[in-house]
Amino acid sequence: MADNPKPKLAFYWAGSCGGCEITLTELGMRLVDVSEQAEIVFWPAAMDFKYDDVRAMPDQDIDLCFFNGAIRNSENEEIAHLLRQKSKTMVAFGSCSHLGGIPGLANMFDIESLCARVFDTTPSLDDSRGTRPQAITKVPEGTIELPELFESVKHLAEITDVDYFMPGCPPVVDQVWKVFQAALNGSLPPKGAVIGADQKSVCDVCDREKGAPGFRISAFKRPHEVELDPETCFLTQGVICCGPATRAGCGTPCLNGNMPCRGCYGPAEGVVDQGAKLASAIGALIDTDDPEKLQAILDTIVDPAGTFYRFGLAHSIMSKMKYE
Amino acid sequence: MKKKISIDPITRLEGHARVDLFLNEDGALANAYLIIPELRGFEKFCEGRPVEEMPRITQRICGVCPIAHHMAAAKAGDAVYHVDPPPTAKKLRELMYSAFFVADHATHFYILGGPDFVVGPDAPKSERNILGVIRKVGKEFGAKVMQLLKDNHEITAMIGGRYIHSVSAIVGGVSKPITEEDRLAILERAQRSVDFAKESLVLFDDIVLGNPAYVEMITSDAFAHQTYYMGLVDENNLVNFYDGKVRVVSPNGKELIKYGPEEYLDVIAEHVEPWTYLKFPYLKEIGWKGFMDGENSGVYRASPLSRLNAADGMATPEAQRMYEKFFDTLGGKPVHSTLATHWARLIELLYAAERSVELASDATITDPNVHTIPTETPTEGVAIVEAPRGTLTHHYKTDERGLVQAVNLIVGTTNNYAAIDMSIVKAAKDLIKAGQNITDAALNKIEMAFRAYDPCMGCATHAQPGETPLKIKLFDHNHTLIDEVHRD
Repeated sequence: MADNPKPKLAFYWAGSCGGCEITLTELGMRLVDVSEQAEIVFWPAAMDFKYDDVRAMPDQDIDLCFFNGAIRNSENEEIAHLLRQKSKTMVAFGSCSHLGGIPGLANMFDIESLCARVFDTTPSLDDSRGTRPQAITKVPEGTIELPELFESVKHLAEITDVDYFMPGCPPVVDQVWKVFQAALNGSLPPKGAVIGADQKSVCDVCDREKGAPGFRISAFKRPHEVELDPETCFLTQGVICCGPATRAGCGTPCLNGNMPCRGCYGPAEGVVDQGAKLASAIGALIDTDDPEKLQAILDTIVDPAGTFYRFGLAHSIMSKMKYE
Repeated sequence: MKKKISIDPITRLEGHARVDLFLNEDGALANAYLIIPELRGFEKFCEGRPVEEMPRITQRICGVCPIAHHMAAAKAGDAVYHVDPPPTAKKLRELMYSAFFVADHATHFYILGGPDFVVGPDAPKSERNILGVIRKVGKEFGAKVMQLLKDNHEITAMIGGRYIHSVSAIVGGVSKPITEEDRLAILERAQRSVDFAKESLVLFDDIVLGNPAYVEMITSDAFAHQTYYMGLVDENNLVNFYDGKVRVVSPNGKELIKYGPEEYLDVIAEHVEPWTYLKFPYLKEIGWKGFMDGENSGVYRASPLSRLNAADGMATPEAQRMYEKFFDTLGGKPVHSTLATHWARLIELLYAAERSVELASDATITDPNVHTIPTETPTEGVAIVEAPRGTLTHHYKTDERGLVQAVNLIVGTTNNYAAIDMSIVKAAKDLIKAGQNITDAALNKIEMAFRAYDPCMGCATHAQPGETPLKIKLFDHNHTLIDEVHRD
């Protein structure tokens, strides 16, 4: 290390939208500072180092690997294993890697029904409708192979050892900067920690005016159905907000944009299942003891699974019940 | 000498792709295939979701151009609910979208595609990136690039809550107005962006147009295709990103059709091949004739170059001046040179910055009336915006509660799938010839043919974009995978 004291960093984009990597461009000139303090040895979205450059590295040569994206297919899995082998420290970076993220909503369906929609029934298809991508296709010049998709979306820790979890869809840039500084100073917490986030819940840090003690909800409203008051707690307005069960640390940009939290920072400290916790927290606010009225009020929550598990379905107890 | 080429992964583009190259007996290229190996299936798992959540869900198709999906989804939600947002809401959406376009186009030029030109296609791989660009153009200019990104990230966040995965476009308008203080802060940033956009075009003049080798490459036949071109235009047939009708012009520049969002199924059809997960959209009237150039092939392109070709001009003065220079320099409309897309992108960047200034100069943009609560029963709706990488169509059907029952998406890069494939074949034919060695610089040409489109395979396939490995496999005439050449 004396000859080359600069720590080596890697960034990788697996099954995700790429927003985690665009966050890095939000660092601005701080990115240049990072590149002066550390050596970026792999970053396909921005640099020309190839897989073979990684394969040629000694094991554990990368000091810190930021891995974003869920595991949707065998290639995501293969590269996750390769980077794990080459990295001293592996960070699950962003919601998809941490919890499965929005791609994890696909776990409500089987892979066949996904393909059926895309290749059989979308209205823009022509006479080739019903053609399905094949594992092996003979073309005039030879044979083309396609990888198979996994039946369900997995988060990173399901397939390999993860040192740290950094939540967010995407992680906000100030937290990314703090984590980079901690990593470069060697002051990261013990293995297994959630980093780049707070211990509290979003509700704990939200500066909107809370409802009076004992406030209850008699009907849930959807964000487009009401004039959203920018100063008042969304739940007080009857609008579902995932703040009660969601970890803080994002700086509440969605709330500042006058829209409710959808839970991308994952379960708050001590919460095992974010969706279940949300269901119980919000259920406790319902203003009735009459079972019929209760059902009518619950019916105004039009998509509980897709709302309470917006980012965490692939990480949830529900998902495990289906696939194990 | 038997060889297999592997460029793995293809870097500095968004998404995940592989190319298989097949050779004839004499070693020349027989054919090439661009293969997209993944699928996420947003069309399926959005079923059951409330349509007003689609702006926040579908933007996770692509974190590079999330606001394009955010806008298309909000507009499709308006159509589903038959609601017309207040004028100020539309202005705020367009302002946020314009700032996003500035940031996105700058990201491509300086971080993804531009390093090939600014640093050079033959530069060491450790230099062909944004950090290399900064070393080449100087830290001061690099700081300006970063300032431009920051300014436009901030404009977007002031209106949308955050830059990546903004939240404010909702069914019926936007979730919050802006203050006069916001407006002035936005105006200041937009004005700086116009200045920088002009500087970027000067840089392009100096580094690219001033270099005969680059000009020769840009105008060479190896990087040209005669295709139809598509782009959204306003009522004066000028380029518009947020709203209007889609105009399609022929390879000769004549208007073929101009259509509104609800007519898209009359104009566009999609072809499926069994060797890839991505579909091939084409013009229905012309038909799918395979991977072919020309007026008889339904292949079209939708990109910055296409938008300039499909429109009659730009709606802002400086961008219009550059539009005229573009076509004067490159020999009139339409321009078929794929690499000219980089220049077209910078002209659009200037337009987007000028448009931001126009919108932020409008004092009525601080009007607090920014949301119309829908009153009609939701049914079905289609919306179209221009994403940076091409025309973006979202089509939703819902039940009477506004829960999504069916989704169809034709997104930016997908429009260009056939054309990108053709560009690879053509560049590869130019580089892989009987009895010749395959050089490292030539390999970068394939990547450059790709990068001009700024292809976003994540977007295109709503697939796991992955890390963009364009694996190139080379097969001999016996269909045997042969040795590898590495570009180190």
